[in-house]
Amino acid sequence: MQAETKKVLLDPLVDNNPITLQVLGICSALAVTSQMSTSLIMSLALTLVTGFSSAGIAFIRNHVPSSIRIIAQMVIIASLVIVVDQVLKAFAYDISKKLSVFVGLIITNCIVMGRAEAYAMKNPPLESFWDGIGNGLGYSAVLISLSIVRELFGSGKLLGIEVLPLVKDGGWYTPNGLLLLPPSAFFLIGLMIWAVRSWKPAQVEKADYVISHAAHGEAH
Amino acid sequence: MEGLISLAVKSIFIENLALSFFLGMCTFIAVSKKISTAVGLGIAVMIVQTLTVPANNLIYSKLLKDGALSWAGLADTDLSFLALMSCIGVIAALVQILEMTLDRFFPALYNALGIFLPLITVNCAILAGSLFMIERDYNFSESVVYGVSSGFGWALAITAMAGVREKLKYSDVPSGLRGLGITFITAGLMALGFMSFSGIQL
Repeated sequence: MQAETKKVLLDPLVDNNPITLQVLGICSALAVTSQMSTSLIMSLALTLVTGFSSAGIAFIRNHVPSSIRIIAQMVIIASLVIVVDQVLKAFAYDISKKLSVFVGLIITNCIVMGRAEAYAMKNPPLESFWDGIGNGLGYSAVLISLSIVRELFGSGKLLGIEVLPLVKDGGWYTPNGLLLLPPSAFFLIGLMIWAVRSWKPAQVEKADYVISHAAHGEAH
Repeated sequence: MEGLISLAVKSIFIENLALSFFLGMCTFIAVSKKISTAVGLGIAVMIVQTLTVPANNLIYSKLLKDGALSWAGLADTDLSFLALMSCIGVIAALVQILEMTLDRFFPALYNALGIFLPLITVNCAILAGSLFMIERDYNFSESVVYGVSSGFGWALAITAMAGVREKLKYSDVPSGLRGLGITFITAGLMALGFMSFSGIQL
């Protein structure tokens, strides 16, 4: 039992990461990572929602007919997201304004739905809870490392505290404005996938077409 | 009228849902391997977006907004916290109705688009369309224009992406970057391209 808990908790961090391998939940990973504070809050929110929704769905998994299971899952997820949204509006209004619609979009975040369908419908509540938390942590790991790169090199700060003194304030660091723009997140995730796959070659995808060596030889 | 045209151009090019807000990325990456399927999904997203954004606009402004229930004598009621739940409910229901209608009356269209419709309920671009509409306080005619044009912008982006990827499959990509990695970098370059629209003032 302990081993199972550990496995579902740690597996999604690198070996089966929801973002770099399963291609789930990318939208918010790209959109909220230009600052570290927003991505920390987003990671926390998503991890909690995934954990509790998986647990809740696992509780009712034997009582829901499969034809309406998606709607039942949606209701559980949406209620949790509403709670998170209201809590953020009450206690962290600035962050909630910055995250704008992306808190609401946790409802359609494929990680939450994906874990509900793939794990929580078949496993007891406690394991499902840890599985949800584990996948949330895998997502958080990617989100936080992206936001560290983007905020540190894009504006010379971490969590709003100056780390690299900027040229315009008399320091030495010229910020890379590209990192604050949306497209940079695509490049960074692409490079991150490359790094993870060089480290774990088992994750490399098969090529659609392989250049034949015969043709290669002729060209020379 | 001028405002509506500028809203349309803005939501197709400058604030493209896929390439500047990264919405619907999961399907954007997963279904952009072939142009024909990408076009099918793009059209389906456009249709659903055109229906759901105005529908959610009506429900929000007539039932949920602060003071919207004053016609029923409940002027102090603010149900706007239910917006998330009602949006996703309306989307799920409309997609289901659309699927059944297509199946019953337009079998050819159903065969072409049917497989994409279940994907659309959990496509964040659709939910985001409605949530942006609420956040930016669009009125009904603005919400119609926003629905059509943001859906069109998404369709345009996924079609262009599929075009690039069809060519790209013949290229010799470093093994770790193959598949997902190079797709992300391509999408990043496309997003940079779309950013050049951002200087346009209307």
